[in-house]
Amino acid sequence: MPTMNMIQAVNSAMSVMLARDPNVVVFGEDVGYFGGVFRATEGLQRTYGKTRCFDTPIAEGGIVGAAIGMGAYGMRPVVEIQFADYIYPAFDQIVSEAARIRYRSAGEFSVPMTIRTPYGGGIFGGQTHSQSPEGLFTHVAGLKVVVPSTPYDAKGLLISAIEDDDPVIFLEPKRLYTGPFEGHTEGAVRPWSVHPASEVPEDHYRIPLGQAAVVREGEDVTVLAYGTMVHVALAAARDSGINAEVIDLRTLVPLDIETIVRSVNKTGRCVVVHEATRTSGYGAELTTLVQQQCFFDLEAPIERVTGYDIPYPHAFEWQYFPGPARVAEAMRQTLRG
Amino acid sequence: MLDSRRRADNRALLVQESEPRALELRIPEAPARPGEPVDFSRLKLADPGAVRRPEVDAPAESMRDLAYSLIRVLDDKDEAVGPWAPEVSIATLKAGLRAMMLTRAYDDRMYRAQRQGKTSFYIKCTGEEAIAVAQALALDSGDMCFPSYRQQGLLIARNYPLLKMMGQVYSNTLDPLKGRQMPIMYSSREYGFFTVSGNLGTQIIQAVGWAMGSALRGDTKIAASWIGDGTTAEGDFHYALTFASVYRAPVILNVVNNQWAISSFQGIAGGDQAPFAARGVGYGLPSLRVDGNDFLAVYAATQWAAQRARSNHGATLIELFTYRAEGHSTSDDPTRYRAADEASKWPLGDPILRLKQYLIKRGEWTEEQHEAQQNEVTQEVRTVQREAEASGVHGANNTHSPKTMFEDVFKEMDWRLRRQRQEAGF
Repeated sequence: MPTMNMIQAVNSAMSVMLARDPNVVVFGEDVGYFGGVFRATEGLQRTYGKTRCFDTPIAEGGIVGAAIGMGAYGMRPVVEIQFADYIYPAFDQIVSEAARIRYRSAGEFSVPMTIRTPYGGGIFGGQTHSQSPEGLFTHVAGLKVVVPSTPYDAKGLLISAIEDDDPVIFLEPKRLYTGPFEGHTEGAVRPWSVHPASEVPEDHYRIPLGQAAVVREGEDVTVLAYGTMVHVALAAARDSGINAEVIDLRTLVPLDIETIVRSVNKTGRCVVVHEATRTSGYGAELTTLVQQQCFFDLEAPIERVTGYDIPYPHAFEWQYFPGPARVAEAMRQTLRG
Repeated sequence: MLDSRRRADNRALLVQESEPRALELRIPEAPARPGEPVDFSRLKLADPGAVRRPEVDAPAESMRDLAYSLIRVLDDKDEAVGPWAPEVSIATLKAGLRAMMLTRAYDDRMYRAQRQGKTSFYIKCTGEEAIAVAQALALDSGDMCFPSYRQQGLLIARNYPLLKMMGQVYSNTLDPLKGRQMPIMYSSREYGFFTVSGNLGTQIIQAVGWAMGSALRGDTKIAASWIGDGTTAEGDFHYALTFASVYRAPVILNVVNNQWAISSFQGIAGGDQAPFAARGVGYGLPSLRVDGNDFLAVYAATQWAAQRARSNHGATLIELFTYRAEGHSTSDDPTRYRAADEASKWPLGDPILRLKQYLIKRGEWTEEQHEAQQNEVTQEVRTVQREAEASGVHGANNTHSPKTMFEDVFKEMDWRLRRQRQEAGF
């Protein structure tokens, strides 16, 4: 089985879908001839032609607006927003339009569109190349939100997203594109080839939306994470020696609540982790759900580890980033509780 | 060296001689406010028949002048003149006249129904009927329309059932949209009418995307969209022009310049600096400025743009120059911000009256026929209204089941919505 990093896995998912379904089209800024600034669409135009994978003007609202119309026509557009930080010009089209067209037309029109976008910090991108805006989208009725944490998952989830008949926001943790980053900023960077989830089949396969993965079984505390933070949580468990159960949510909407409840009822403790800013973040939703559904099994208050409520500061990236030490401390806090 | 020193000295001298002038900001002002005399002196009109008609495959750069002129066909003697006089059957013109009359009769009844508390909201298109009706008839039935909220004439011209429209306005059990949308935000895939958003302008770039999809698949259908003069200031308009131009999308982009965006006259969107049609010139799009109250001119321009799109020559921008004869909506009172008699003094007349006079002049129509048709459409609307009201009006608790409000958020309902529906007791 070939070894792929996350960019190659994402590329493979689009390639598989372009080959299988003539309605799939891929477009965005720099994605055509050049193959994308992160190389995620490299070779797709060459292989499938200019009408299947092409460059667009620098107009995120235009890209998404056109994709909505194309989707309503019957195509299955997969668009790239070059950085999640650039998605805001498309916000009206996503929130007021894509998310509601099925509802407001009573099912007459729908938008089978996937918006791929690299998100999160860890590459010294400063405030305009590091944001984690997932909470803005999970808050909107009618959107699905997916975040992979490995190459294997990225391909299977992206295929499911493209095949889904509703709009999907597919957030790619850009710090994981080339390796399973654990939040340790010193020492050599590990490539994906050392990780078992870099074995990615060439062919079509799906990972269903709405299924979390228990990536580390444990007894002491449940850690809920997604994207880069899955690897940070695993590192925190290893570094601290705490027998944590780490759950990779993989899909934020729809959420696999059963896997979460089963785990927290077993461990009696819960830490919620995300890189996004704290206030009104997705962690608040997770915390509430766990509190409501696991209250009588909880041994300690639920802890949240998040980015601070500040813009992502360029020179203080690692002070901002919720690394393994902060996650481990939160786990210890629940064990004290 | 010497030269440059001399220039610097001269500059210093200039500064000394003239005091720096305080900068001024222009805040555009409408030509006439309440109590002031109507002033249409700033309108740039052209004589009927005066504007040339390029071939449908002519390059956009060869017709930039059309964006600054005004295509008119019907003259003051009720005759069709000039190169834009369309080839159109009398049957089509009569169908157009009837659809316009039915639209106006429908608007009047629904407006009254709102005043009687039978619905929460209504928007009329009085004075603008020729736009949606003539364009619907100039397009093919399979072409997809992406309207704003004032193109109910598209549905009526395409013979969409009035009963469903009223059901939507009353949010009763006849409402195809199950009470989810404000009145007049219709949707019908079958009739080529894209779900009306209510957010301004979003539909125009979607129309371009729809047209791109049609072209990508090698289909033969084109798309059309409508936005108002005020909405041309939204980014979506510029996305649409850019994408339509870049990909040569088979789409017709219409700007309905009815002079008023609620209380803001078209100058607030820049329409007094350059015609809205001229926005297309910078994007390399053929851009036509058309008398929107002239059924024949609207039909001809749309037919031209549709032929152009269908033959892979890409998009056309059409500014339809008209006047919003009534308030923006039932929530608006135009006497608060514009001269009361502006509508009656609009120099381009009323679209229904003008088409009627044209048909009479051609010997194809009579006053008696017109009066009979007026009674007939009024009666039709009344009859359908009675039937619609038998299924309830807004607020009368005769809606679809409230449990349906949890449906169609996604293709398949997720656990949250199932739980929330239970929680709500449905």
